[in-house]
Amino acid sequence: MSSPLALDVADLSKKYGDRMALSHANFEVPMGSICGFVGPNGSGKTTTIRMLLGLIKPTTGSGHVLGESITEPEKYLPRVGAMIEGPAFYPALTGLQNLTVLAKLGGFDVDSIQKLLEIVGLADRGDSKYKTYSLGMKQRLGIAASLLPNPKLLVLDEPTNGLDPAGIQEIRNLLRKLADAGTTVFVSSHLLSEIEMISDHLVMLRLGKVIFSGKTSELLAKQLPVIVAKPSNTDDLNKLVKIAKDNGHDAKIVDQNVHVTGAADYSAQFNKSAFDAGIILESLTPIRPSLEDTFFEMTGD
Amino acid sequence: MWNVFRAELTKLRRPSLSLSSIAAVTFVVGLVTSLLFLLVDSPEGNGERGVRIGREVLSLPDGLSIGFSNSAGLLGIVALCIFAAQTAQEYTYGTLRNLLVRQPSRMKILIGKLVAMKLFAIAMVTLAAILSIALSYLFAGVKDVSTVAWSINDAQMAVLRTFINVLIATIGYGIFGMILGLLFRSPISAISIGVIWNLIIEGLLSAFITNIDKYFPGQLLSIVAQGGNDRISYQYSLFTSYGFLVAAFIIVAVLFKKRDVAN
Repeated sequence: MSSPLALDVADLSKKYGDRMALSHANFEVPMGSICGFVGPNGSGKTTTIRMLLGLIKPTTGSGHVLGESITEPEKYLPRVGAMIEGPAFYPALTGLQNLTVLAKLGGFDVDSIQKLLEIVGLADRGDSKYKTYSLGMKQRLGIAASLLPNPKLLVLDEPTNGLDPAGIQEIRNLLRKLADAGTTVFVSSHLLSEIEMISDHLVMLRLGKVIFSGKTSELLAKQLPVIVAKPSNTDDLNKLVKIAKDNGHDAKIVDQNVHVTGAADYSAQFNKSAFDAGIILESLTPIRPSLEDTFFEMTGD
Repeated sequence: MWNVFRAELTKLRRPSLSLSSIAAVTFVVGLVTSLLFLLVDSPEGNGERGVRIGREVLSLPDGLSIGFSNSAGLLGIVALCIFAAQTAQEYTYGTLRNLLVRQPSRMKILIGKLVAMKLFAIAMVTLAAILSIALSYLFAGVKDVSTVAWSINDAQMAVLRTFINVLIATIGYGIFGMILGLLFRSPISAISIGVIWNLIIEGLLSAFITNIDKYFPGQLLSIVAQGGNDRISYQYSLFTSYGFLVAAFIIVAVLFKKRDVAN
């Protein structure tokens, strides 16, 4: 039996005038997962998120959030926390007052606000006006606001924008903790290394189209690792390329190194072949392609 | 809707808005009421558009509330600015998307906001009434205006009647501001268009074209605040001005409900 879905969209499209912001998107996000939502600027991420949250209406297609149709957002939004396109609050109100406004609006427990401020590291600045916050603090307040409903699904658009490395790590740990407790996290970010570290699912967009949707591990497994060989004598670079190609592997010279496409277990054979040909290797490093490498290869950017 | 109302009140209670509103109301009422009494002997007049309101009129039971009712137009402009800013800033701050995620029913958002702002208008008009009455007594003493008739029952009824009329007018101006806020989605645009329309366009055209004020909501709301005048009845002013406002509000509410929130 397949696991229940937190999100699923089918043939979802949004057109603004002649421009197709999202074109026939299909993807699913299992309940309890952390799903990265990646794509270059203008690829349709925010448009998709807005449709999932009932802020804009799809031109065609359908979608479900926590089992309810996106045409009836009132049925699922009380269980959804969201931060869209960065934090947006009233500058003249304090952080605490801003969260109070949203808690009252959603009918949530106002007493939980102080705890949320502690979770995001703003406990000592809750009484400061929002306009005095740094970008990182604003971001933290946005995350606190998204946690107000004790959500089953958390939708975050670029949550680590403006955070320092320690802050990024805190948020990463927080998202992992939430997912472990059963919250589904749908997070868009341009920091692909971050997404790679935390997400177990991935939806990849390019020019308004879904180019990958599935497990992150499956995507990365599709990409063959690269073995980087550095000969002690640079005159041997071309010979190394020939050895790799004779063994049926793609190879090219990159910055005084030879990049050989192949699984890590080819390293030993490649090393032996080089040694037999009288080539001494200074180093031989198998490298697993990162999400960023995969992303650029798939998007062609 | 109750949740929206409570959330909106949290915003409206912020000191910067409350204090600036108190300052604006004090200034408007102080200006209009003091000019009414201090210029009582001026040949240039002491009422709207150079109208002379003498001591004998000010000494009547209704005299206690003349300063208050004359302030209605400017109080209305203050309400227009507040309602317009409170509505349009949701777009400029980007907070509308937060509101709609927490309360997806757009009509509940709109009605809850309107009810909260009406409560704010009631507080504003109450403050204006108290200030105006206090100033009327103060300046009556200064300018030898008799206040004997102000303590009889008729005077209290006149104050109550004027309070209700000024409140209806002020809320009407506020709704006009809210309509502009929803339409233009920018506080600066909504406020400037609202003020220019009410003070300049309606005011100038009414001064030069006879009876055209019968068709202007701002002018009609002013007449509502005065309880009607010789040319235009209270009932006509009330129903026509609110007729315009209700029709316009329904149109912008439908737009608000249908429009994508993309900022």
